[in-house]
Amino acid sequence: MSLQDWKQHRRPFAAIASAPLFWLVLFFLVPMGIVWLYSFGQNSGPADIAITGTLDNYKRATEWLYLSIFGKSLAVAALVTLICLIIGFPVAMAITFAAEKWRPWLLLAIMLPFWTNLLIRTYALMMLMGSNGYANRGLGALWDGASWLKTLVGLQPLEAWAPVPLLYNNFAVVLGLVYVHLPFMVLPLYSALDRLDKSLIEASLDLGAGHFRTLTKIVVPLAGPGIAAGVMITLIPALGAYLTPDLMGGTDSQMIANVIERQFKRANDWPFGAALSFLLIYAMFILVAIQSLRGDRKKEAR
Amino acid sequence: MALFARRPVAPLEYTRKTWMRLWVGATLVFLYAPLLVLMVFSFNDSKRNVAWKGFTLKYYEKALNNDTLVEALVNSLTIAALATVVSVILGALAGVMLWRFRFPLKGAVEGVMSLPIIVPEICMGVAMLIFFAKVDWPTDLPWPLNLSAITIAHITFCFPFVAMVVRSRMASFNREQEEAAKDLGASEWATFRDILLPHMKPGLVAGALLAFTLSLDDFVITFFTSGPDTITFPVKVYSMVRFSVTPEVNAASTILILLTIALTAVALKLQGVKGIAETH
Repeated sequence: MSLQDWKQHRRPFAAIASAPLFWLVLFFLVPMGIVWLYSFGQNSGPADIAITGTLDNYKRATEWLYLSIFGKSLAVAALVTLICLIIGFPVAMAITFAAEKWRPWLLLAIMLPFWTNLLIRTYALMMLMGSNGYANRGLGALWDGASWLKTLVGLQPLEAWAPVPLLYNNFAVVLGLVYVHLPFMVLPLYSALDRLDKSLIEASLDLGAGHFRTLTKIVVPLAGPGIAAGVMITLIPALGAYLTPDLMGGTDSQMIANVIERQFKRANDWPFGAALSFLLIYAMFILVAIQSLRGDRKKEAR
Repeated sequence: MALFARRPVAPLEYTRKTWMRLWVGATLVFLYAPLLVLMVFSFNDSKRNVAWKGFTLKYYEKALNNDTLVEALVNSLTIAALATVVSVILGALAGVMLWRFRFPLKGAVEGVMSLPIIVPEICMGVAMLIFFAKVDWPTDLPWPLNLSAITIAHITFCFPFVAMVVRSRMASFNREQEEAAKDLGASEWATFRDILLPHMKPGLVAGALLAFTLSLDDFVITFFTSGPDTITFPVKVYSMVRFSVTPEVNAASTILILLTIALTAVALKLQGVKGIAETH
């Protein structure tokens, strides 16, 4: 099918293209452009920002405090992505090889939480993990059981159970982000695995390779692009996460998005916040570029 | 006993392996247990979400008598409805534009169109905050015009999703149908209405559902664009969670979860379970 050249169909093209392009420019590019300009400005009054072309905001962003928060956000996002991959891969495999009538329902079961409001899901998790929540009580019951077993064999019982702080720390942030982003990982993995030629796996198993070897030598290389897509779809939102570290984190677990928010809502240093936003956008561009470079090299290799 | 004579597990039937089943089961428990506990405790007759003290509906009564909460819910639904209508129109146009025409800088346009999808929410929120402050967008308009800033922001991140869905739907369109219609004397508009639109419809439905959920779900961008008097449901729940965790929040959350399930049921009815699985 050939595309129509816009010059030969000016009127339909104008009728179709003008509204979305107008919207995109006015309500996306212009706001982004203003943020970009502000990142080279400074506060020159209570409600005034002078765009002076200064690089001070970017210089300040390279201070150790901000660099370490950037590094930490990246580390947390990478850890979350890894955990999601480890949990999600077998789930995607199971859905791919599930019986025809079960498959769509399993997919729906993964998608339903993804459609549920993010805030409600975070709140639900917080409720479970509070110091009197069920997670702590479950751990307490296990602890008591262990203590009872010890007395049974004639040893001293363990000390009384003290609730562990599950919330308001880095652990909570990682768990919360995994909880929220797991469906993001499973869905692209599933669509990659689904496209896989299953006879290749059968051939590998027939020829004597074990399940693990088939997985590493056949499934993972063939599903590579899908895995990369899943990693990106999880990594990028996790890197810019605001709500989870804000609600579930402690004072030392803020991520870069929380620092940006503070510049706008509390510290009132818009130019610095603008510079941090653009640094986050650049970091995301680099991630996307790495992925598309990898894709290109794969194509050349063939 | 045919009922108990199980077929042996074939090599590729991973789903029938016990450890796989346990793994999937544990994942589903992890995903659903918090939501179920939240819903159950919305009926709990106790101020604190700790122990079960008996069944009550009083927190639903409280939530529904909480005027700001109801107002926030109405606002959220209004915004989602408006944003869905505009996003579907803009997204359908954008999808057709990319599918049909060759034009200069097409790659760049495609790239910019996908930006609202990948730019971190916080950056979009910040951009919207600065933009509406810069143009002095009026904040004291009567309802529903006071929701215009939030609605505009929502449309901006929703319509590229619709465009993507519509474009991939159009890829399966047989161009000859359109040519035949034109040969038989149909005008450009009639061809669009009678040939293209019916083919596009499943894409439009999927896009609309996606836009509606995305809009209803959004917290961060709304948090930055909402004025002091315009509160949406997620923003309201956020402040409730922040300052006091009460069963009222559970009741309100349960109502929204049930709404999501209802929407999913609508989607199921319209597209079938396979259709949903394919569009995502």
